[in-house]
Amino acid sequence: MRLSNKKTVISQLDWGLVLLYLILVLLGWISIYATTFQMDADSLLNLTTNYGKQLFFILLSLILIVVVLAIDAGFYERFASIFYILSILSLVGLFLFGKSINGQTAWYTFGTFTLQPSEFMKLTTALAVSKIMSDKMFDIKKIADFKNVLIVLVIPFILILLQPDFGSALIYFAFIFVFLREGFPVNIFYALLGLILLFIATIKIGITYTLILSFLLLISFYFFATRREPLFIRKYWHIIILSFVLLAGIVVSSNLFYKKVLKQHHRDRLELWLRMENNPEKIRELKQSFGFNNDQSIKTIASGGFSGKGFLEGDRTNGKFVPEQHTDYIFSTIGEEFGFWGSTLVIVLFLLLILRVLQKAEQQKSDFSRIFGYSVAAILFVHFVINIGMVLDLLPTVGIPLPFFSYGGSSLWGFTLLLFIFIRLDANKANEL
Amino acid sequence: MRKNTYILVILTVFSGIIFIFRLFYLQIIDDTFRDNPLHSATIKTEFDYPQRGLIYDRNGKLLVANQVSYDIMVIPRELENLDTLEFCKLLSIDKDYFIKKIEKAKRYSPRLPSIFLQQLSKFDYAALQEKMFRYKGFYIQKRMLRHYPIQAAANVLGYISEVNEEKAKRNPYYQQGELIGTQGVEKQYENVLRGTKGVKFLKRNIYNQIIGSYKEGKFDTLSAPGKDLELSIDIELQRYAESLLVHKRGGIVAIEPATGEILALATAPSYDPNLMVGRERSKNFNKLYYDSINKPLFDRSLQAQYSPGSTFKMVNALVALQEGVIDTNTKIRCYGGYKYGAAADNFMHCHCGSHGSALKLEQAIFKSCNSYFADSYKKVIEKYPTTAEGMDNWSHTIKKFGLGNYLGYDLPVGQKGLIPDADFYNRYYPENRWRASYTISNAIGQGEVLTTPIQLANLTATIANRGYYITPHIVKKIDGQAIDNPKYIDKNETGIDREYFEIVVEGMHKVFEQKGGTAYYSQVPGISICGKTGTVENFILVDGEKIALADHSIFIAFAPKDEPKIALAVFIENGGFGSRIAAPISSLLIEKYLNRHIKNTYREQRIKDINLYEEAYDKYFKLIHPDETEQ
Repeated sequence: MRLSNKKTVISQLDWGLVLLYLILVLLGWISIYATTFQMDADSLLNLTTNYGKQLFFILLSLILIVVVLAIDAGFYERFASIFYILSILSLVGLFLFGKSINGQTAWYTFGTFTLQPSEFMKLTTALAVSKIMSDKMFDIKKIADFKNVLIVLVIPFILILLQPDFGSALIYFAFIFVFLREGFPVNIFYALLGLILLFIATIKIGITYTLILSFLLLISFYFFATRREPLFIRKYWHIIILSFVLLAGIVVSSNLFYKKVLKQHHRDRLELWLRMENNPEKIRELKQSFGFNNDQSIKTIASGGFSGKGFLEGDRTNGKFVPEQHTDYIFSTIGEEFGFWGSTLVIVLFLLLILRVLQKAEQQKSDFSRIFGYSVAAILFVHFVINIGMVLDLLPTVGIPLPFFSYGGSSLWGFTLLLFIFIRLDANKANEL
Repeated sequence: MRKNTYILVILTVFSGIIFIFRLFYLQIIDDTFRDNPLHSATIKTEFDYPQRGLIYDRNGKLLVANQVSYDIMVIPRELENLDTLEFCKLLSIDKDYFIKKIEKAKRYSPRLPSIFLQQLSKFDYAALQEKMFRYKGFYIQKRMLRHYPIQAAANVLGYISEVNEEKAKRNPYYQQGELIGTQGVEKQYENVLRGTKGVKFLKRNIYNQIIGSYKEGKFDTLSAPGKDLELSIDIELQRYAESLLVHKRGGIVAIEPATGEILALATAPSYDPNLMVGRERSKNFNKLYYDSINKPLFDRSLQAQYSPGSTFKMVNALVALQEGVIDTNTKIRCYGGYKYGAAADNFMHCHCGSHGSALKLEQAIFKSCNSYFADSYKKVIEKYPTTAEGMDNWSHTIKKFGLGNYLGYDLPVGQKGLIPDADFYNRYYPENRWRASYTISNAIGQGEVLTTPIQLANLTATIANRGYYITPHIVKKIDGQAIDNPKYIDKNETGIDREYFEIVVEGMHKVFEQKGGTAYYSQVPGISICGKTGTVENFILVDGEKIALADHSIFIAFAPKDEPKIALAVFIENGGFGSRIAAPISSLLIEKYLNRHIKNTYREQRIKDINLYEEAYDKYFKLIHPDETEQ
């Protein structure tokens, strides 16, 4: 490798992103330290403790970063398919050599360390998707072209669902935002969104009100359409009738699906999430079962107040009241020990990170870099929304980590590679056309 | 190609704002989990209960001790593979009890311990201790109980009971289920006896395991042990008084005149204080509480209000002397009674037997002449321009003897008694048309006047002291230190000259010493006793008909005449003449207290043999409840 190229990388590096990354990783480690902290704590690099291990993972990440930055930018695009196939193989291999933890076959074990391939699969999928979509001949609106991308997404999605790891599989929906950016018809997105809203509305306010409300919306829409185009109704009367029938059909079938297809425990979850249960006995019961983690989490966060209880002073964190606090519920530690200002700071940091990646992605000259940048932002966004949403009890319990924060080497390395490959690509844009 | 470069930006910012709003709500608006960290689920509060203070009598005899007891506790959620039958057999309980208790515990809380079986004996505990580990969810908890080595003075000592929800709300010091003094000295001196409990705040984890102290013990406090009490009670005298009261109803109060210390405070019927402790407590309590005939929880020595009868004559004599309406030489003739009004029936009979010979005060007292005191009482009232003024003056002077109001002793129950004044009669007689003669019964303690036995005993002490009393009190020392409350040290003056008391004392002395005195046969050789009998008429209404019952037997006495050591009042319901029961009881108690043993065992036996239930109470019960039989 040429010396001049390296110099360029350092000078072209987006230090803002690097700084955000370092701050988040540091805050994450402090939080993990708080969750595993014991009175008789010894060395920070004690590899029997979670914080000791995480510190080791962070040090390894720094090495990874140097390697990523040292490698030529073109390398990632060129070998995207190879990476993708290798990681697919590693997912398949799990079913042969993997280790089951809590009923999920998602890990390879090496002594006391474990590796979770699905954490790297996101990265390689992003690379593969970017490679396919950056092809000059690629047209997202062509079914044949789009089909290829879908296959690339569906294979890992299904393999991960089979583990089964619903949370990690959910991440692949993040690519919708990449598609939207690359010209995927936004109306389909809205239609999907509408479908979900109708379903939720049917459960929450009931079939009658949902029908009345949605019909009113549709009527007012047509009313304004008629004012703009007087012949609208005469012209599209069959479509108008169809739309009403379709709407009614969706609402009725949503109701049927909810009442007949879903099981009671699904309904319990949905009702708890949508705050529909009014019986305090039942609520307590639900919160004792699957609502338990979220309930403990918001109690812990709320107990932090404005300024928090102070580092290592969170009695709920000390008492391990929040299950999985060092992994998925790590944000509740910030909430308890650093209070409202600390939690808000972390949220702002994540917003800055995602928006900066988006901004940088838009600046890319190469399609590959742009699409990859968008993938990075979308993956970070989905992780951020689902994880924090869950910790704040706005979303049901879905086990996915908070990027850079949650304990775990695979997750940290996956996100580090994801972000720094983009930083590397970004630093190379001066060398591109 | 239309590209949506904004959707993700908008969604990112939007979700960030929602999260911040949510955090704002949780951490700043909603304060459910922030109000008090010490009530948080993460903090376990552990109390360190100090040993409750012991109680001794004036001679250092232990009256109330502490005893270790064991409760079986249950945590319903931790119950596992229980062999119910074997367990029930081990504890010798039946299955219904088991099911009922577990249900109750579950309703209270599946996670918190409830009492399953209370107050096992040491022997039960020893047998169970080794086997308990086999029954998951059950454990044994140690508690301290009160123990009464001497089965006496239940009314004085009182008892402790568990703090209920209502009490716990009113007094934040107590948690529900803790112990608190609820009667007697246990109640009055609760704060002294209980000490201060220590509190420890501990951090716990989700498995309820302790993981360290909260904030390095910043909020923790140490317990302070309860202080021991030394009562003024002489337990030997107390027990003796109680033994003399067996088969009778009434009260006995003995006071040391010089100090106001209560030497004995007996009531009958009473109960064994140990009944108020242990597994059977609530059963026993209910039995005592609902006994509306004998009222064993009613302390007759403090709460019963009786007419004082002739014992009240001394007070009237003293008032008359002080008011100057009579003097030591004043003689009043008695013609077998006293005609106080114009009407034919306005005549008060007298049993002094003087038949026309004039009596001086001394003789009037020892012979208990009604006429003498009626006349002097009338003079006292009529000394003033209006009857109302005279009445108020009389009432005011009498009240200085500690009558007609709470005495202020250190026990939690009592009654005011009644010393009427002008207002009182104004309410009874329309347009204030009443005169001294209307209230003439007050002269001989039979009218509206009501006193409690302790008030009478205090009156006796006042006479023994020749003019003052010290507010009676039951506690002598706290933690070895003599009490320093001025209320129980300072003298309460009656405002009546000492010389007048000497005359009254002489009269009372004659009651014992001179043949014809009402207590002449109750003398104790070697002790110069002063006393006065009282005999109080009393009635019940049956179907609107007034039926006379046997008189109440009353006696007040102090001894020795000079430098008195003991002053007492004895009140026996329906015991007949004062000289019959109350006077000999007084002599026996004085003999017991001053000589420490009884020579006149015949007298003692005679008193003990008197059974007023057979003689009177059972008959009265049948009179009131003709259809029932006494339990």
